[in-house]
Amino acid sequence: MANTGSSENVPFWFDPKKRSIGAQILALCMVGLLSWYLISNVLHNLEKQSIATGFGFLKKEAAFEIGESLISYSAADTYARALVVGALNTVKVAFIGIVLTIVLGTVIGIARLSKNWLVSRLAGAYIEVMQDIPVLLQLFFWYAVFYESLPAPRLALNPVPGVFLCNRGVMLPVLESHPAHFYILLAFVLGIVFSVYLKRWAKKRRDATGKPFPVFTLSAFMVLGLPIMVWLGFGMPVKMDVPRLSGFNFEGGTTLSPEFMALLMGLVLYTAAFVAEVVRAGIQSVGKGQREAAMSIGLKGGQVLTLVILPQALRVIVPPLTSQMLNLTKNSSLAVAIGYPDFVSVANTTINQTGQSIEGVALIMIVYLFFSLATSAFMNWYNRRVALVER
Amino acid sequence: MRKTVCFFVLALAVLVFATGPAVAGTLDEVKARGYLIAGVNGGVFGFSMPDDKGTWKGLDVDTAKAIAAAVFGDAEKIKFSALTAVQRLPALQSKEIDVLCRNTTQTLTRETTNGLNFVHVNYYDGQGFLVPKKLGVKSAKELKGATVCVLPGTTTELNVADFFRKHNMEWKPVVIEQPAELNKAFFSGRCDCLTSDASQLAAHRSVAPNPDDYVLLPEIISKEPLAPVVRHGDDQWYDIVNWSVMALIQAEEFGITSKNVDEMLKSKDPGIQRFLGVTPGMGKALGLDERWAYNIIKQLGNYGEIFERNVGVNTPLKLERGLNALWTEGGLMYAAPFR
Repeated sequence: MANTGSSENVPFWFDPKKRSIGAQILALCMVGLLSWYLISNVLHNLEKQSIATGFGFLKKEAAFEIGESLISYSAADTYARALVVGALNTVKVAFIGIVLTIVLGTVIGIARLSKNWLVSRLAGAYIEVMQDIPVLLQLFFWYAVFYESLPAPRLALNPVPGVFLCNRGVMLPVLESHPAHFYILLAFVLGIVFSVYLKRWAKKRRDATGKPFPVFTLSAFMVLGLPIMVWLGFGMPVKMDVPRLSGFNFEGGTTLSPEFMALLMGLVLYTAAFVAEVVRAGIQSVGKGQREAAMSIGLKGGQVLTLVILPQALRVIVPPLTSQMLNLTKNSSLAVAIGYPDFVSVANTTINQTGQSIEGVALIMIVYLFFSLATSAFMNWYNRRVALVER
Repeated sequence: MRKTVCFFVLALAVLVFATGPAVAGTLDEVKARGYLIAGVNGGVFGFSMPDDKGTWKGLDVDTAKAIAAAVFGDAEKIKFSALTAVQRLPALQSKEIDVLCRNTTQTLTRETTNGLNFVHVNYYDGQGFLVPKKLGVKSAKELKGATVCVLPGTTTELNVADFFRKHNMEWKPVVIEQPAELNKAFFSGRCDCLTSDASQLAAHRSVAPNPDDYVLLPEIISKEPLAPVVRHGDDQWYDIVNWSVMALIQAEEFGITSKNVDEMLKSKDPGIQRFLGVTPGMGKALGLDERWAYNIIKQLGNYGEIFERNVGVNTPLKLERGLNALWTEGGLMYAAPFR
């Protein structure tokens, strides 16, 4: 027991390698014991209060309705499906929110650096104000704007034919389904695939011969032009499903609810202020000499930005941008306050109707952990790519 | 809301870390603490709401105070915890409160899988619909396609889904956790109708910018027996809460009020003598002072007084006794014998 037979005859408790393994086993045992203690304690306490445990409730009928859903759902469906509806609603607002935030944040970040005094001060003021007001208050504000200032459905505003604005949301017309849609989508995908190959080929040629190639113009033509040609080929189907007033509310078309719009606006306007600062810092981190050097070898303004400045700025921008994206996703759980049926809202109702809070909170944690890890994984992959391009 | 999630995590922490078998009963814990902690609704006028001086007022508040009066002989030895519909059951399960008096409907699920017990009902209610008059709706069956404001985590949320399903009508819920926010959304026209227990609708209407613009539809679509709630597993505490509520009802049946209770001490009726502790026995059986029922009635009055003071026809709510009249007057309020 004393010696492990090593050549120097060192007792195992003085062997750093074995000692560290021992310490890790010990730590693992303690974590295991602690979790066993906690879990058995919970089960014991729950049993004592005769509260049901387990995930069996997921298969039961939910019996409550959800305001908006990306998949078909009714009160007769299960709790599991209700939770999926909630998770998809979270994904919907987070995904659209992230895209808009990055666009808006980049524009404001660049505006902040503008040489125009008014533009840069306006951007500065926006950033200060938005960063300093708690996002929950902003949500209440936007929600109130929607239901207080817009008219009732029967008096809905009609700014553009087919589009209606009222306190039930924004009603938009959608295209009636037509066989051409599939082919248009196909043409669009083909256009993108073609552009990717074109870009690779052009890069190879440039590396070999130094000759530039108008990749962007040609790609844009393919991505937009192909679908339009298909559309023309099918005889330009334009039949729209236009919303119309019926009874209390609008029917047909698609509706963006005030809850969704308020949540989206609140999150985007708030997070964009942080993203703007990230973008500004990224651009400022690239030395002035880099720009001067690029210009001195004859690159044009756009080329300076895309070939020299951005690749180096992205290296600084991407990691903090990732954390802002995660913030936006997590802040979307404030939806409960203004009645958007996101995952937390549906899970809250589920917890309350079934009384199984431990399982419910565990599900909330798992789902947000999954969202965050998936976002991080994607952004880390992207970060590695931009990091490689830079060297 | 984040707050809600934090709340759950706290509640869970209590479940996770609370160790071993319970040592003291709830009564001993309450007595050692020196005051009762009651979970109530944060804002339903007439049932539980702080007034402009911060004093809690309402039918549920007075019911909770009756329990404090029974335990301590002093109705003011109580602290209130304002809870949302979603928070209320976990708060009770995790022992943050001793009793829940928050217009909570007695259901099978809550008494079994949630591990709770409901005592005697302190308000018989039913779910209704409140609509703006200008909508021109006469019946809930005309609400096809309507947008409905509803509180989450309530039996209301399930009843309204059942109702629209039964009548095969489309509808859209708007689910907001804070009653104040929900009301604002309804009064500004975000929803076509607000659904809740009829008593609460009356309360919400009374605080509307213009109460006369809103009308209650005739349909009552559910039974909502609202009662105080305690945890499973403490029978003595259950008895105390249950008989405190019944004492309010029995006092009305005996004709004992806060004004005549001292004279009633001299009553020759053996039932009243037992009830008020002149003939000892009832208090000891509950583990309370023999004057427990006297203390309740002296400080709070009987059920009828509490009802009229908080929600009756002379209050802004203007509610009739209806189902909540004594059984001798055609209602459902019926206390078991005090013997």
